[in-house]
Parts: sequence; C-alpha cells; structure tokens
Amino acid sequence: MAYSFDFSSLLDYTPVLVDGVATTIGLTAVSTVLGVALGIGGAAARTSTVKPLAVLVGAYVELIRNTPFLVQLFFIFFGLPSLGIRLAEWQAAVLAMVINLGAYSTEIIRAGIEATPKGQIEAGASLGMTGPQIFRYVVLGPAMAKIWPALTSQVVIVMLGSSVCSQIAAEELSFAANFIQSRNFRPFEVYFLATALYLALAVGLRWVFGLMGRRMFAKGVSRA
Amino acid sequence: MLNFTLWDILSNLLLAARWTVLLSLIAFVSGGAAGLLLLVARVSPLPPLRIAARLFIEIFQGTPLLMQLFIVFFALPLIGIETTAWTAAAVGLTLFTAAYLAEIWRGCVEAVPKGQWEASASLALTFGEQMRHVILPQALRIAVPPTVGFSVQVVKGTAVTSIIGFVEVTKAGTMITNATFQPFLVYGLVGLIYFALCYPLSLSAKALERKLNVAR
Repeated sequence: MAYSFDFSSLLDYTPVLVDGVATTIGLTAVSTVLGVALGIGGAAARTSTVKPLAVLVGAYVELIRNTPFLVQLFFIFFGLPSLGIRLAEWQAAVLAMVINLGAYSTEIIRAGIEATPKGQIEAGASLGMTGPQIFRYVVLGPAMAKIWPALTSQVVIVMLGSSVCSQIAAEELSFAANFIQSRNFRPFEVYFLATALYLALAVGLRWVFGLMGRRMFAKGVSRA
Repeated sequence: MLNFTLWDILSNLLLAARWTVLLSLIAFVSGGAAGLLLLVARVSPLPPLRIAARLFIEIFQGTPLLMQLFIVFFALPLIGIETTAWTAAAVGLTLFTAAYLAEIWRGCVEAVPKGQWEASASLALTFGEQMRHVILPQALRIAVPPTVGFSVQVVKGTAVTSIIGFVEVTKAGTMITNATFQPFLVYGLVGLIYFALCYPLSLSAKALERKLNVAR
C-alpha cells in the first residue's frame, strides 16, 4: 500500500506554526542571554580562589550535566509547587533552559579561561588592575573567542532540547506540531515539517552566532 | 487513599531503570556500529558517499531527538513496519547516536597525521586497508574518552523516549507522580537515578582523557 502524502492540509495551520516558531525563538533567545551570563558567573566562581564557591558551582555543573533536561524540566514545573513556587509553563521552560545552559556554558567558558596564559594575568596585575578588572578585560575576551564554536553548538543543542517543553504545555514548535496532528490526523507530514523548521532554526542560529563572533572578536573566532 | 512508602516509590523506579539501561545499551551498541559505517562513508574517497553521510549527520544533529522519534514512530508504519514504543525508541536513538558518534570519530580520524595516509598510500594500500591497518587503530586510541563521554548523552536521551510511551524511569516517574501526588520527591529520585548512571561514565571519560594526555 502506497501512502499518499498530503502537505496541503498544513496550510490552514500556518498561524499555529508561526506562533510555535516564534515561541521557540523567544525561549531560546532569553535563555541564551541569561544562560551564558550564568555561565560566565559560574566560570568565574569555578576558577576563583574561594574554595567553597568553586566546589558548590562544580556540584551544580555535574548535577545538571548528568541528568536529562526533561527530568530537570519536570522537577521545576511539577516539583517546585510543593515548595510554594508555582511557575507558568513558559517561565518553567525558560528557567530549566537557563539552568541547563548555565551548567554547560560554565564548563565551556572555564575551559577557555584555563587556556589563558598565566603571563597575561600577571601582566594585568603588574598594570595595577584589580582581580575583577583582570577577569573582565584580560581573561574573558580571549576565553570567549576561543570557546565561541563550542558555545554555539551548545546553544543549538539547548534550542533543539526545548522541543520537550511541549510536555509541560509550553506552546513552542513541538507543541504546535502536536496540536496540529491531533486535528488533521497527518502526524507524519506535520512532524516532517516541524523537523525541517527546527533544522532551519539550527542553521539560522549558527549563522547568527558566526556573525556575532566575527563582530565581537576582532581577531576572529578560532576554529575548534 | 493508598499510602506509598518511600521504598515503594524507589523500588518501582529502580525496576523501571532496567529499561533505561537496556535501551541505552542497545542504542549505544547499534548506534556505534552504524556510526562506524557512517564514519567510513564520511571520510571515503567517493564524493556521493561523503555527501550522503554528511547530510545524514547534519540532519540528525540539527533536529530535536523528540522530532526524530516522532517521525520514526509515524514513518515506519508507512513502509510496512509496525511500530511499538520499543522499536521506535531503539531505532530513533540508534540513528541519533550514529550521527553524533560518526562526527566525534571523524575528529579523531582527522587527528591522525596526514603523513600516515600518504605513507600507507605509498605502500599501495587500498582505502579499506589504510583504514583497517593504519588509520583506525590510531584513531581508536584518541576516540575512547569522547566516546565514553558521549554515552552520557545516550543515557539522557532515553528520557525523551518516555514521550512516545516507552516506559523507562522518566515515564515511571510520571506514572508514580500521578498516583502519589509527590512530584518533588519522585522527580528528585528520578534525577538521582540518572545521576547514579551517568556520573560514573563522566568520571571515567575524564580519567581516560587524563591518562591519554599523560601518555602522549
């Protein structure tokens, strides 16, 4: 039996798909900014001389990196209300994505920081810079340039991972796909299209990061 | 109302964790085998093979695992294969694992100095012989730590199969939550079970990496 494909029935649902794509982009944009900020802070803490802080952040990183995103999401959305913290679907989705990306980017940025030659830090100190100044002006820039490709990949992974946020009814692209297939009974076509949209988003995200990298780092991004 | 002790909850989660482990093993082994074929195609001298392998990898690395599982789940029946959650989960995770491992291993193959290719070519070895006797044995050594590291991603990936109805530890957690109304405890335990599975793998990947760096 040959299956006859019918993508035309999807046309009626264009607004639903557009909304889904917009939500996925929104979730990704917000969690990228906050998650990378958390990662910079985390990397500073992990490489700092304050031992308890470094250990604490290390535990956070290992805990998040060794558990599935879906479980983190469920814990935040279903579990936290027991503590009186009740979040909307999109808030829980963003929080889970930020915490997840924060852990990975902490580790990625730390690797960049540790690759900074000691002499540079000493040079900064000899110019009378304070610790935070050295971190901000001497260490962070070159570190980010070095790890930019790895960070890009991680952001793409987090964007793709956001598809499971449909399970807490955050209305992103996968949610839109589920919604449509429950009405037009064309699951294969719907998921095929949604997958193609994700692929386009991933390619677009890489392109944007490539552009940002070239703008931000004068010497260009090192190729890993 | 029924009461559930902590032990009731934990023992049922641990029983479900068997399926997480089994599915991870299946995905890792079959994904590794498929990944090896994909790798050979990716670095082969034949352009059509190279392009096809590259396309496969780009598609699977650029789309969510959840969508891949849905497509496998709904597409297999179209070609006459009846899908259960088991087959869809195993096939989906295998393809996902193959794409990532092939790309990881390609990095390792490319880390083998070019001179090795040229030297073996000058000995009139064919591509297959070069791979088998010269390149792969050297690439394999470099490949061990990142491969072990990636196994963590496979174990975590199995959580997503709960969404297509495969009953592993995450799905069991959802079902137990629905019966006990204790999401904080249950998902906390589910997280700890994953951690207990994944952390040793992460640690050994790190240890292997250190060992390899010292040896070099």
